[in-house]
Amino acid sequence: MASLFHAPMPSTGPGYSFSAQPTAASAPRQHAGFYPYTDNGGSTLGISGATFTILAGDTRSTSGYNINTRHAPKLFKIGGEGPDNLNARIVLSVVGFAADGNALKERLDTVVKMYRYQHGKEISVHACAQRLSHILYGKRFFPYYVTAILGGLDEEGKGALYSYDPVGSYEREQCRAAGAASSLIMPFLDNQVNLKNQYDPMSGQGLEKVQRVPEPLPKETVEEIVRDAFTSAVERHIEVGDGLQMMVITKEGIEETFSPLKED
Amino acid sequence: MNHFPEAWGRPRDEIYGAYNPTYLPSSLGGAHQPTTRTQSPIVTGTSVLALKFSTGVVIAADNLASYGSLARFTDVHRLKPFNKRAVVGFGGDVSDMQYLDRLLNSLDVEENYTSSTGDSKQGGEEGLVDAPLMSAKNLHTYLAKVMYKRRTDFNPLWNALLIVGLDDQSQPFLASADLLGTTFSAPSLATGFGAHLAQPILRRVVPNEAASRELSREKAVEAIKECMKVLFYRDARSMNEYSIAVVDENGVELSENEKLENQSWAFADRIKGYGTQVV
Repeated sequence: MASLFHAPMPSTGPGYSFSAQPTAASAPRQHAGFYPYTDNGGSTLGISGATFTILAGDTRSTSGYNINTRHAPKLFKIGGEGPDNLNARIVLSVVGFAADGNALKERLDTVVKMYRYQHGKEISVHACAQRLSHILYGKRFFPYYVTAILGGLDEEGKGALYSYDPVGSYEREQCRAAGAASSLIMPFLDNQVNLKNQYDPMSGQGLEKVQRVPEPLPKETVEEIVRDAFTSAVERHIEVGDGLQMMVITKEGIEETFSPLKED
Repeated sequence: MNHFPEAWGRPRDEIYGAYNPTYLPSSLGGAHQPTTRTQSPIVTGTSVLALKFSTGVVIAADNLASYGSLARFTDVHRLKPFNKRAVVGFGGDVSDMQYLDRLLNSLDVEENYTSSTGDSKQGGEEGLVDAPLMSAKNLHTYLAKVMYKRRTDFNPLWNALLIVGLDDQSQPFLASADLLGTTFSAPSLATGFGAHLAQPILRRVVPNEAASRELSREKAVEAIKECMKVLFYRDARSMNEYSIAVVDENGVELSENEKLENQSWAFADRIKGYGTQVV
């Protein structure tokens, strides 16, 4: 085994004046040591419509089976003026490791505010979305352990929603659920928003069946879907509950609401 | 071609002699020991409890510093007042607590030098009215960033902190920060064992923010003292001497050698469901 560590490097170049490889195998680990991540549970979801985008998230924060607090918002206004983000038009939701989520929020918020300072205009959601991807990818080898969803209105005034993985892969979508109960909520959204597995009852059987075509939903319907998604997720997932935070982005601005969820 | 310096034109060994490896880690033949980082806490403090009431916040922690299961130091004060409107309670590694305490002291000195307006009145009765005084909220943000930075450097400060006091609007403030940089805030908080044993009791007293705004100072102190007793009964790393502090408009009131009162195991014969008893 020892010879393995002294084996010369297969190289045509000159020899090395110090051994290029470890001369001793590192000792076996004594105990688990420090792990820099944790999971704070919770779930988020976003749905975009013709003239609006809705983002929502529960407000519970957990560690293991403990509830840290019943009120820890996961939705953040990005940009705007001052520490309270007045007149902001972009919302970021983060779920996963809350400390990384906060760090990511602060970084994006600073970038968006600096953009306005330097360019004299608000950043577009499209540009902000790409910037967020770059921020996440910049930490590709020590990632922000969060699933982010970014919402706003695009240049045409249509609802824009972007979803991310922890290392910055992103795409624009009609709807997305993330976090602990994403596997419970996403199929419901597929069915209710994108009308998956829904067929025109007047069409034929088997191969004749015609898929219903999804179209942008009205705001009231979307709010109902969001509420239903969360009340159901609360029943089936222990890390989801306590409160529901919703942000509706329209051309008038961002309307934020909190409503109760079950605390059990 | 490869990435080693010799292949990129480093002076050749035959002419200039071998590379001096002493600065390298010992694994590469050098004299340096590998850098080491805290992998686990050594001397530790147990739970910290805190509760918000109508006009302020109560916080408590016992005076024990344990070395594993050995009750090593019995007069360690784990509540550190920052200024007239903020106190920090430390759980976890005691040496990291002492580091943070030094950090906070230098921060406080710095703050008092820069805020010339607050300086003159600081000792006076109206010290709290002075705007430049750092609020508990400011302090929490600062500590949370220190903790997050250190975890990101893989060199964590092994603590769970509760920061209590008054925010910029002089409203009661209570929030936590831990070794991972995780932060949260609630009407009642407890770290360590207290999260399991005391938090359920405290949540019965203040289920939400509205309830904490109704709570009197006396009731809050009583609830915290009751929880300290429960923790002493059930937490093997705890002690019957503790520190308790109240922060409100009048400033910080800290008592560092409280004794647990009215201990009684009378409830024990009513506990059923485990152990050796039948029925």
